Amino acid sequence: MNEAALTVPAPRRQSVALAMRRHRVVLLRCLFIIVSIAVLELASRLAWIDPVSFIPPSEMALSAWKLLLNGAYRDDMIMTLSSAAMAIVLATTTGFLFGLLLYKLPRLRRVLDPLLLSYYAVPIFVLYPMLIVLFGLNRWPLIMLGFLFAVVAMAVNTLNGLERIPTVLLRTARMLRMGRVQEVWLIKLPASLPFVFTGIKLSIVYSFIAVIGGEFLLSGTGFGYQIAFAYNNFDNQTMYGLMLLLLIFVGTINLILHAAEQRLYQRRVLREPS
Amino acid sequence: MAFMEQSLSETGVAACASAHVSVMGATKVFDMPDGAPPVNALGPVTFDLRRGEFFSVVGPSGCGKSTLLDLVAGLSSPTEGHIHFEGAEVRGQVPEGVAVVFQEDASFPWLNVFDNAAFGARRNGLPENEIRARVDHALAFMGLAGFARSYPAQLSGGMRQRVCIARAMVLRPRLMLLDEPFGALDQQTRLLMGEEMLKLWRETGSTVMLITHSIDEAVLLSDRIGTMSARPGTFIDIVETGWSRERGSETAMDPRYGALQSQIWGMLRNESLKALGLRV
Repeated sequence: MNEAALTVPAPRRQSVALAMRRHRVVLLRCLFIIVSIAVLELASRLAWIDPVSFIPPSEMALSAWKLLLNGAYRDDMIMTLSSAAMAIVLATTTGFLFGLLLYKLPRLRRVLDPLLLSYYAVPIFVLYPMLIVLFGLNRWPLIMLGFLFAVVAMAVNTLNGLERIPTVLLRTARMLRMGRVQEVWLIKLPASLPFVFTGIKLSIVYSFIAVIGGEFLLSGTGFGYQIAFAYNNFDNQTMYGLMLLLLIFVGTINLILHAAEQRLYQRRVLREPS
Repeated sequence: MAFMEQSLSETGVAACASAHVSVMGATKVFDMPDGAPPVNALGPVTFDLRRGEFFSVVGPSGCGKSTLLDLVAGLSSPTEGHIHFEGAEVRGQVPEGVAVVFQEDASFPWLNVFDNAAFGARRNGLPENEIRARVDHALAFMGLAGFARSYPAQLSGGMRQRVCIARAMVLRPRLMLLDEPFGALDQQTRLLMGEEMLKLWRETGSTVMLITHSIDEAVLLSDRIGTMSARPGTFIDIVETGWSRERGSETAMDPRYGALQSQIWGMLRNESLKALGLRV
């Protein structure tokens, strides 16, 4: 091989190596998932774990695909998604305003601080009977369950974000003779956005947990209920198919949120490449 | 040298009309929480800023220099006394034509350098082509032309401070208030930034009031230097440097430079000891 043949592909090799380095974490993550699925597949196929109780992941995927195609659970999926979406919208808007209120009223914050800290020690699901009495036998008790589970996370993160705004930025806003609304919109909101975004991310996760958990334990409709129904009827194919669909859906939402969050943080902490 | 400390008098009120900024008998007392006695942070202080001059304030830590700047900027109100900018009273609101550069990094991390510099001008509703021209000029002036699309996190501390100065420059202020803007920078960067400030001052013709801990910086940059006492800060003396407008680093070679340094330090030494709680 002559010298030119050795030197010409060097830039390409370098760029591949650079891309590999940059995406190493993502590659390792994918590898971990693939290996985990492969181990579960083997464990089930070779009967290391009971293949009746735990069907192989390939069969789960097949079942999920069939469930998606035949549309038997479409109404339940729509019900769950719309309930969770309503809980998320309510929790993020109310939580943001509540966080803003606590920031503006330090005395109120001092009063509520211990209550907020112990909020997640309360098992929210025990409130379901009370919510039925308040809202009736419809989807609203579940939406409220999702809302109650998520709203404090949103409020606390909003408050954290607002409290961490450097004073000099607020002084700059005053120097630029900005009004209160402009100050909130152009300074406070973008300055606290990473924290607010974490609040939104947690609200989405908590709303889904509460709505699906509520359906699983307490409701007669929805995605969670259908998983519980399949479980009670020993219909493992359907149960795992539904569980896989749910995992893929929630996992995808989380990955999108994580990517958006990373993008948001990256601008604020990244350094000049060496 | 001219001793400028004045009592609030008829002459002071008359001077207010001709001065660019006039501070008359300003004091600032801070109330403390939980029944602690109030803190008398400043004054009474009386002085004028002449239109287009470079005025520096030096004093021991905690003497109220930044409090004085806040009062002049309109970022807080005096407990007693009056402050006038271009003949109109300043009271708790920043007047149009005033820009402040703070010691801390005040660049907005979510905006790139161009948008940071353009922020104030956009708020003032200037046309976009005018903003672009002003920002391009300010960034080139501050040596940031190649960084317009960079974010503050990608810049060094000195560059971020220059972004803040560019943002102030784009506003074309008639009064520029600098609150130890180079305090967090290393000595070399400080010197270079000082030269940039002189260039900026010459180009814009703004009146500049600089708060600084550094006697060297004050002597090198200023037309006049106000030396403050320990808290509650009042002016011990206001010294004329007598430098030409075209001064720069070479001014440090002038024999008067060392004499001025000694004179200022002579006034500040006892005050600094007092501020530290040591015996004079």
